[in-house]
Amino acid sequence: MATADAAVASRPAARPRYGSMSQDRRWALRWSYFFLVLFAIFFLTPPVYMLITSLKTSAEISAATNPWWVYHPTLSNYVELLTSPSFLTYFRNSAVVSVFVVSLTMLISVPAAFALSRMKFWGSATLATGVFLTYLIPETLLFLPLFKMFAVFNEWTDIQLINRWWVLLFVYPTLTVPFATWIMIGYFASIPKELDEAALIDGAGWLQTLTKIFIPVALPGLIAATIFAFTVSWAQFLYPLAFTTSADQLVLPVGIITSLIKGDVFNWGQIMTGALLGAAPPLIIYAFLMDYYIAGLTAGATKG
Amino acid sequence: MAEVKLRKIVKRYDEVEAVRGIDLDIADHEFVVLVGPSGCGKSTTLRMIAGLEDITDGDILIAGDVVNDVPPKDRDIAMVFQNYALYPHMTVFQNMSFGLRLKRYPKAEIKKRVDEAARILDIKELLDRKPKQLSGGQRQRVAMGRAIVRNPKVFLFDEPLSNLDAKLRVQMRTEIKKVHQQVRTTTVYVTHDQVEAMTLADRVVVMNQGNIEQVGTPQQLYHNPRTRFVAGFIGSPAMNFIPCEVEEVGGGLSIRLTNELSFPVPVTRAAQYQNHRQNGKLLLGLRPEHITEAGQHLEPGEVPFEANLEVTEPMGMETLVYFPVNGTQVCGRVNPNAGARDGAPLRLAANLNNMHLIDEASGRVI
Amino acid sequence: MVDAVIRRSEVAVPARRRTGLRRTMQRKSTVAFLMALPLILLIAVFVVYPALYSLHLATLNKSMERFVGLDNFFFLFKRETFWMVVQQSCIFAITAVIFKAIIGFIVAHFVHNVPAKGQRKWRGMLLVPWVIPPAMSTLAWLWLFDPSYSAFNWVLALFGIGPVPWTGDANWARLSVILVNVWIGAPFFMIMYLAALKSVPEQLYEAAAIDGANWWQRIWFVTLPMMRNIIAITALFSLIVTFANFDIVRILTAGGPIDRTHVFATWAFWLGIQGGDIPLGASVSLFMVPILAVAAVFILRDISKRGNEA
Repeated sequence: MATADAAVASRPAARPRYGSMSQDRRWALRWSYFFLVLFAIFFLTPPVYMLITSLKTSAEISAATNPWWVYHPTLSNYVELLTSPSFLTYFRNSAVVSVFVVSLTMLISVPAAFALSRMKFWGSATLATGVFLTYLIPETLLFLPLFKMFAVFNEWTDIQLINRWWVLLFVYPTLTVPFATWIMIGYFASIPKELDEAALIDGAGWLQTLTKIFIPVALPGLIAATIFAFTVSWAQFLYPLAFTTSADQLVLPVGIITSLIKGDVFNWGQIMTGALLGAAPPLIIYAFLMDYYIAGLTAGATKG
Repeated sequence: MAEVKLRKIVKRYDEVEAVRGIDLDIADHEFVVLVGPSGCGKSTTLRMIAGLEDITDGDILIAGDVVNDVPPKDRDIAMVFQNYALYPHMTVFQNMSFGLRLKRYPKAEIKKRVDEAARILDIKELLDRKPKQLSGGQRQRVAMGRAIVRNPKVFLFDEPLSNLDAKLRVQMRTEIKKVHQQVRTTTVYVTHDQVEAMTLADRVVVMNQGNIEQVGTPQQLYHNPRTRFVAGFIGSPAMNFIPCEVEEVGGGLSIRLTNELSFPVPVTRAAQYQNHRQNGKLLLGLRPEHITEAGQHLEPGEVPFEANLEVTEPMGMETLVYFPVNGTQVCGRVNPNAGARDGAPLRLAANLNNMHLIDEASGRVI
Repeated sequence: MVDAVIRRSEVAVPARRRTGLRRTMQRKSTVAFLMALPLILLIAVFVVYPALYSLHLATLNKSMERFVGLDNFFFLFKRETFWMVVQQSCIFAITAVIFKAIIGFIVAHFVHNVPAKGQRKWRGMLLVPWVIPPAMSTLAWLWLFDPSYSAFNWVLALFGIGPVPWTGDANWARLSVILVNVWIGAPFFMIMYLAALKSVPEQLYEAAAIDGANWWQRIWFVTLPMMRNIIAITALFSLIVTFANFDIVRILTAGGPIDRTHVFATWAFWLGIQGGDIPLGASVSLFMVPILAVAAVFILRDISKRGNEA
């Protein structure tokens, strides 16, 4: 690399065009790396700082030392949280809710996507557009009427919905199902029409075509939609904050914020540990299934 | 007993009539090719036989039964698609046995049939591979294997070779013919390539704009086309069509192309054309292979004339020559040693024994 | 079964013969409808109904016993806080989306520039903010912005700057919520742009280079026009999400100081859930609808346009 530089520099007149081109390239590459490092620092600072803080004792946090360095690393925050019954409850609630929501989402959206993309029926085109529009409706528009709906439902039937973790099983799918359906429609649409015709001639019914052909062929899309549904339900903050209040009903994000922040006393070591543990499941999934994650992310707008 | 009969089949999409009431009888063991330009309704016809499209009007009979309302899986047919439509997540064996497995055939029977088909197609060593690991020709074989395994009454092929490169296409063409000679299943084959149609078919069905133009053996279509469309569609390079008039010259008939150029009609054809002397617009149809360099001896019916060549295309075994007649570009096929050169005159001979006279208004061959 | 169908159709008159097929078609669409039914019910009960219900709620008084017409809206119009929220929501959403789009574009370009081998690694690292649940990462920012222990201020103090009141001062707090939003959202733009950049044929750049275009002209005349559609869709998507954002403002400033950073969502939550005035909260959240609707219309138009091109 360096010798090549020198060669180009020492013979500027010999092949000026070629020299300037490759030098251009090399400088562009250097600048790219320089800025990428800067942006990486910007993007990774908060999670790294989470990790740094989580390894500190309260004493070290409140001492006026360099906040970016751990002088006396300790795992006590992790031990404390992972043995605390309330934190484990939050974690369990989050896990149960997410697993159920993911299963429900796939059970609803895969057959619906198949019906919408392959078996036209009256109003199916409108419904496909409607599904997409639903995806654009934010939860911040719906949480108040839903809250009131649940209260009215309680008056009518005496079934208490507010402050029950399982009510989230009803509301989370409104966030996950439309997008999952949309992704799956895109993936199903990319399967050549001849494939279901071949299956039809081979004697497969609609259900067999779905389970034996479409689901295996669109497996990458299925994984992407599953990851998406999990990420959304794991990260959801507004609905649990509005609908659940008792400590034993909370999911992780709300639990960390309401229970670890007591009045104005912030136990930052534990908060950061909790936040890191809360961020861990999506991060781990992301680390192993990054390509599916990214495929799902771009599918929404590029497959339409 | 697996003949296929179409009775006044009509297919209408909203306002467009894709197939306009065609009749066709396909005999048992016969290999019939539907050929025509894109949009002529050939694929739609095939898909209606398969049951993938419903019929607007008419009847389809397979082995004597009306199957209009029978779903595809109960018609006992097998289809090979243009893009093969192999299930990408299954191995070759699973692909070929899928239909049998759905019908819950015993394992041993499935294995026997797949092995037999694999032997016929010479793909035994591919059975454990996925479609992605196969070449185009191999995929084509597997798609055919999937059809053979089912042992259906009818094979349907929808342009099965058009995704292959030219060399492989010729090879697979022979392969398909060999397979048909072995299994003898009634076959309906759709293609837009007239060479494929001619080489494969027992009978060729030429379709155009939703109608059948002509049904016949390859030889019949080549030598006795009934319409201008068939005459122009079959044969490569295509038949020349030159505007002309029929006139009476000294007891015989003559085809006048220009003031300088006219060909005497062979005596055998004279009666046929007698009534068309005053007919307004006529076309002389003559295949390039019937316009050659004039030799020492002229056969009866061969007429020499002088042509100013515009372009010559040496093909190796022959040279194509192009020259204008009466405002039309005419193509002839001459011996490469005949001395044809761009822009030079050449003495050619037209073989009028193979001429066709076409009424331009009706498009029918007289 | 099949035999029966055949025999009947053989004897039946042509007009009647079609019924069998029509029945199959009908059965097919019935099955399809049943397969889509859970989706339809979900959307009807938990999205469409609540959306309409909030229109009704907005016309009730605080205890939800009396119809008050548009009084909730008139009440809002008279409150200074309301207009502050409108202003802050718009500033927050527009500024954040612009910065996300620009940073996303720049980063995507740099990632695209490095050799293909390293791209995966960089992309993986730069997408991390998008993967972490926003509530969790905002907590980290809250701690980075802490009034007494801010790690940023510690660094700035080394250069003799600060201390900066990240969440204490109204303008700084506005900047902080935008900063966090940009941090979370820019990677999404980066990924979308990167996918779009990869779809621009290399020959176009080579042709442009031969035509004598410099790198800036190549971006301006080749990259941007080719990516126009994806830029528009991504920006509109992001505009909707940002405009309706709740997590960041709620956790970082809870609307403070003195309501200066409230956006529609957080203020609606404050009034509706914490203040117990659901109708007023619903009225506030309804003000998001016009902007969401406009963005949605444009997205739909762009997506159907893409569909037609394909």
